[in-house]
Amino acid sequence: MKHIISVLVENKFGVLSRVSGLFSGRGFNIETISIGPTLDPSVSQMTIVTTGDERILEQIVKQLNKLIDVIKVTDFADKEFVEREMCLIKVNAPQEHRSEALRTADIFRARVVDSTQKSYTFQVTGDEKKIDAFIELLKPMGIKEIVRTGKVAITRD
Amino acid sequence: MSSKQLMSGAEIFIESLKKEKVDTIFAYPGGVVLNIFDFLYKQKDIRYILPRHEQGAIHAADGYARSTGRVGVALVTSGPGATNTVTGIATAYMDSIPLVIFTGQVPTALIGNDAFQEADIVGITRPCTKYNYLVKDVNDLAQTIKEAFYIASTGRPGPVLIDLPRDVVTSRAEFHYPDKVKIRSYNPTVEGNKRQIKQAADAIAAAKKPVCYIGGGVILANAADQIREFAEITKIPVTHTLMGIGGFPGTHPLSLGMLGMHGTYYANLSIHNSDLIIAIGARFDDRVTGKVEGFAPGAKIIHIDVDPTSIRKNVRVDIPVVGDVKHVMTELNKELRASKEPWDAIRKSWLRQIDAWREERPLSYEQDDEVIKPQFVIEKLYEVTGGDAIIVTDVGQHQMWAAQYYKFDNPRMWCTSGGLGTMGYGFPAAMGAKVAHPDKHVFSISGDGSIQMNIQELATTIENNIPVKVVILNNRFLGMVRQWQELFYQERYSSVDLGSVPDFVKVAEAYSAVGLRATKPEEVVPVLKEAMKIKRTVFMDFVVARYEKVFPMVPAGASIHEMIFGEEKKMEEKKLKAVK
Repeated sequence: MKHIISVLVENKFGVLSRVSGLFSGRGFNIETISIGPTLDPSVSQMTIVTTGDERILEQIVKQLNKLIDVIKVTDFADKEFVEREMCLIKVNAPQEHRSEALRTADIFRARVVDSTQKSYTFQVTGDEKKIDAFIELLKPMGIKEIVRTGKVAITRD
Repeated sequence: MSSKQLMSGAEIFIESLKKEKVDTIFAYPGGVVLNIFDFLYKQKDIRYILPRHEQGAIHAADGYARSTGRVGVALVTSGPGATNTVTGIATAYMDSIPLVIFTGQVPTALIGNDAFQEADIVGITRPCTKYNYLVKDVNDLAQTIKEAFYIASTGRPGPVLIDLPRDVVTSRAEFHYPDKVKIRSYNPTVEGNKRQIKQAADAIAAAKKPVCYIGGGVILANAADQIREFAEITKIPVTHTLMGIGGFPGTHPLSLGMLGMHGTYYANLSIHNSDLIIAIGARFDDRVTGKVEGFAPGAKIIHIDVDPTSIRKNVRVDIPVVGDVKHVMTELNKELRASKEPWDAIRKSWLRQIDAWREERPLSYEQDDEVIKPQFVIEKLYEVTGGDAIIVTDVGQHQMWAAQYYKFDNPRMWCTSGGLGTMGYGFPAAMGAKVAHPDKHVFSISGDGSIQMNIQELATTIENNIPVKVVILNNRFLGMVRQWQELFYQERYSSVDLGSVPDFVKVAEAYSAVGLRATKPEEVVPVLKEAMKIKRTVFMDFVVARYEKVFPMVPAGASIHEMIFGEEKKMEEKKLKAVK
C-alpha cells in the first residue's frame, strides 16, 4: 500500500544520506522524496512516498524516529490531508497540433511556461491521478521530456 | 586555567577525554593525527596503547567497554587507518556496544580532492554507527565530543565516530566543556508505560507455561539483579541468547542455558511449548527463532526493550513495553510481588515437565581417552578458573562450546561477537578486557582459524604487559563451516582444511610470549593450570578431535524444536533393539 510520510529533520549535511541510506539498507522503497526548508531555518521538511504492508510501515516510521537527526515523523495514513505534485512537460507541438495541445492543457489548468516553434512546455499541478491523466492525453503528440517534483502533502485542520 | 586561554584542537581533544574520565585509549598514529599524539606524549592521565592493527584497536576498545560498561575509546589516522576500523565498528554496532572512535581526516580544504590518505569515513560508517560527525570548526569540537559520549552510552548504546580534519586539530579555540547535552531530536525512552507493565504482570500471573528469554540488553542495562529477582518471585525459567550470557546465573536451578540454533534441547522445547514468552532486552534474531512462522506457536509474547524498532520487527508481540530494562523490570517486579500469587503451586507441573526434558537430553558429548574433546577443554577451564575468569571468544565452533560448557554466574564476564560474528574479534577484545581488569584472569577462547585473523596483537600484549591467556582449540579446520559442509553439502570440504597451521607454540615464542601444547586429555588441566600461573601472554595449543561437531543444532530454515543431535545414530539403534 502507498503511504505518505512527513519527516522533520535537522538541516545538517548528510541528513538526506542518512534517511535514504536507511531505506536502501533495510530494503524499503522510496517512490518519491521531496525536501525543502521550513519557517525555522535549522529544520527541513521531507515528504516521502513509500510502499509496504502495515508491518513494514511500522518499521519505517520507527526506524526513521530512531535516526538521531529526525525530529518528528508523521504517517498520513489515518489523517485527512491534501497532496500536490508539480510536473513540467515538454511536448512536441508542430503547427497542426498546437491548438489541440492548448485545449488539453486548458482542461487540466496547465500553464504554458515555454513555447518554441516546435514545442510547448506545460506546468501542471495536482494530485498524482490528475497529472497521470494529463500525461496520457499528451502522449499521442509525442512527449519530449517530463520532470516531476514528487509529492508534498499537508494535513487538514 | 583562565577561560580566555586558547587551546589547540589536539589539547581540547585530550581535555575533553579527561572530562569524560577516560583512562585508556587504543591509538594508532599517522600523518594527520601527529599533533594529537604529540599532546598524548606530553600528558600522564590517559594511557594510550599502540595496537598492531587498527582493527585490533577497535576490538580492544570494545572488550574494554563490554567488560566494564564504560565507553571504549580508539584513535586512528585518516584513510587506511580509518577504513581498517570498519569491521570493528560494525561488530560493536551489531551488539550495541558504546564506543567513541576518533579518526584523523585530511585538512578541510582538501576534503573531496582525493588527497593522500583520504577516505570518506563518515560516509563509509554511516550505516554501521549509531551516529557520526565530521568536525569542521575547532569551536565545535568540545560540544561534539560531549554529544558523542552521550549518544554512545544512552538509549540503545552503540559506536559513534568523530572525524577530525588536520586543521581542526591544529587550530585554536577557547576550551569550554558543556556539563549537559540536550539534543532535541534524541530522547530515548527510559520509563516503561505503567499500563503496559500492569498488563504484562497480569499476563504473567495468568500464564501456565511461561519462559523468560533474555538478551544482551540485560547486560547493557546492568539489570541482572532485576532478572534474578523476577525469576525467583515468579518461578519462571530463564533462557538466554548468546549475548545474554551472564544476565542470569548459569548455575541457577531456573536457568535453561542458551536457546536457538545451538541452544539446549530443554530451552528450545520450553520456548516451543510455552504459552507466554517474556522477552527482555532481546531482538528475536534469526539464530534464536529458527523459522519465524513456526516459532512458539502457542505463546503470547511480552517484549521489553529500550529500542522500539526491535519490537514487532521479526515476530508478533502482544504486550510491548518500551523502556530501559532495569527501570521496567524494577517496576514489573513491584507489581508481581504485590500480586501475591501462589507462584510455587502454579509453576509446579511446568517445571516438572522442563526437568523431564532436561533429563531426557542434557548437553552432552562423548569423552575420549586418546583425543582431546574441545568441550572437555572448556569444562576443565571452567573448573580450573572456578568460573571467575573473563572469557572472550572468537567466532565458530569454539564460541558455541564456550557458550554451552562454561557457566557464567555474573554479567560482563563474557565478550563475544554475537551479531556480526567477527572472526578475529577475540584476542584483541581480550586484550582490552585485561587492560580494564588487570587483577582478573582473562581467557581468549579461539580456534586455529580465528586466532590467525588478529594474531599480530601478540606484540601489543607483550610490549604493554597485558597478559592474556589464549585457548586455541586447534582442529586444523574452519570447524563450523566444515560442520555445515558435512551435514548439508555431502562432506565436500571446500576451503576449510587449514592444512599446515602454524606451530602456535613457536609463534608465541617468536613474540616473546609463552607457548604451551596439549595433545592428550590428561595434559589439558596441567596446561591450563600452568598458564594461569604465568604472568605473560600464553598461547595454549590444544590439539583437539578434528571432526567434532556442535550439538544440538537447529538446521537453517527449521523450527527451533526440530533439533539434530550428535548421538542420533545410537538413539535409532537403541529404539530398534527395544522393538525386537
